[in-house]
Amino acid sequence: MAELLAELDRIAIVPALNEEVTVGRVIDEIREFDPGFDIVVVDDGSTDRTAGVAADRGAHVLRLPFNLGIGGAMQTGFRFAFERGYDIAVQVDGDGQHDPSQLPKILGPVLSGDADLCVGSRFTGDGAYRSSFARRVGIKIFARVVSMVVRQRVTDTTSGFRAVNRRGIALFAADYPHDYPEVESTVMLVKHKLRLVEVPVAMRERGGGASSITAFRSVYYMTKVLLAIFVGLFRRNAVPLEEEHR
Amino acid sequence: MTPLPVSIAAAVASFLLLVVVFELIRSRRLRERYALLWLLTGIVLLVLSLWRGGLNTIAGWFGVVSYPPAILGAIGALFILVVLLHYSTVISRLSDQNTILAQRLALLEQQLREG
Repeated sequence: MAELLAELDRIAIVPALNEEVTVGRVIDEIREFDPGFDIVVVDDGSTDRTAGVAADRGAHVLRLPFNLGIGGAMQTGFRFAFERGYDIAVQVDGDGQHDPSQLPKILGPVLSGDADLCVGSRFTGDGAYRSSFARRVGIKIFARVVSMVVRQRVTDTTSGFRAVNRRGIALFAADYPHDYPEVESTVMLVKHKLRLVEVPVAMRERGGGASSITAFRSVYYMTKVLLAIFVGLFRRNAVPLEEEHR
Repeated sequence: MTPLPVSIAAAVASFLLLVVVFELIRSRRLRERYALLWLLTGIVLLVLSLWRGGLNTIAGWFGVVSYPPAILGAIGALFILVVLLHYSTVISRLSDQNTILAQRLALLEQQLREG
């Protein structure tokens, strides 16, 4: 796998909102896994030293002028990856819950050409994942709905630990869901006839900061995402960005 | 009791509202997050227009016995108020963000000219 990977221009997109405590370690660990990974930290309007810490480590830093939410932040990363001509992109959250040593698991199916998007799931295998009851129920419901819509078994639709190839980058650069994008982007990708593969990964407890989803917002979140999935079924597909000269 | 034609007209109107909102989301002219309140409005109005006994009961709570559909209008007005208030907060946020963008652009231009 290392040889296959070495031939590709690869980038890690690290979305971060007030993660000064953890973002440095995330960058170090990605480099530890593979020094050839370029790293772009998308600072989604942090009020702490997130951008400074990342820049000191020599990562590319995209500082958004105000908070766009994880969807807008990730799309910024995908635009960067698209314009700079990267072949493969991984998302590693800046809060440290994604373990870069697990990257081979999500990279494998994309490198072998079996998947355009590979999602690391907390639930299909090793790694006990603890989370609140409401959150687990929500994730279960999404898993059911999405599995039905994409006609393929998925267990963890809210996971942000993902690897995507050039086709996926071109699609997500052109159109990426707002607010809470993981669930919708999975459906969108399959609707575009790109291939989705889910693999089990171990995740860590969050290293710092607070989850962006509080209990109060979960109902709004679920309603909004379910509505988006439903309406998305009736929507015409977006046009992926065109390659200019390759 | 609400006159049947009033119930039918109200039900048709709220159903049309739901259809229009759905089409606006589908064609990407309305984002889901701004559509939720409209959908809630449409659903509540639709339910109350169809469920005539329920509307009667609610009207009774407020001492409106002569003409229950008045409550339908009042609830509709209440929802519109909430939507408007929500939009006021949205506009405030947009205008704050616009200020930040203009300031960042000015700083960038200055850097380009003098840098």
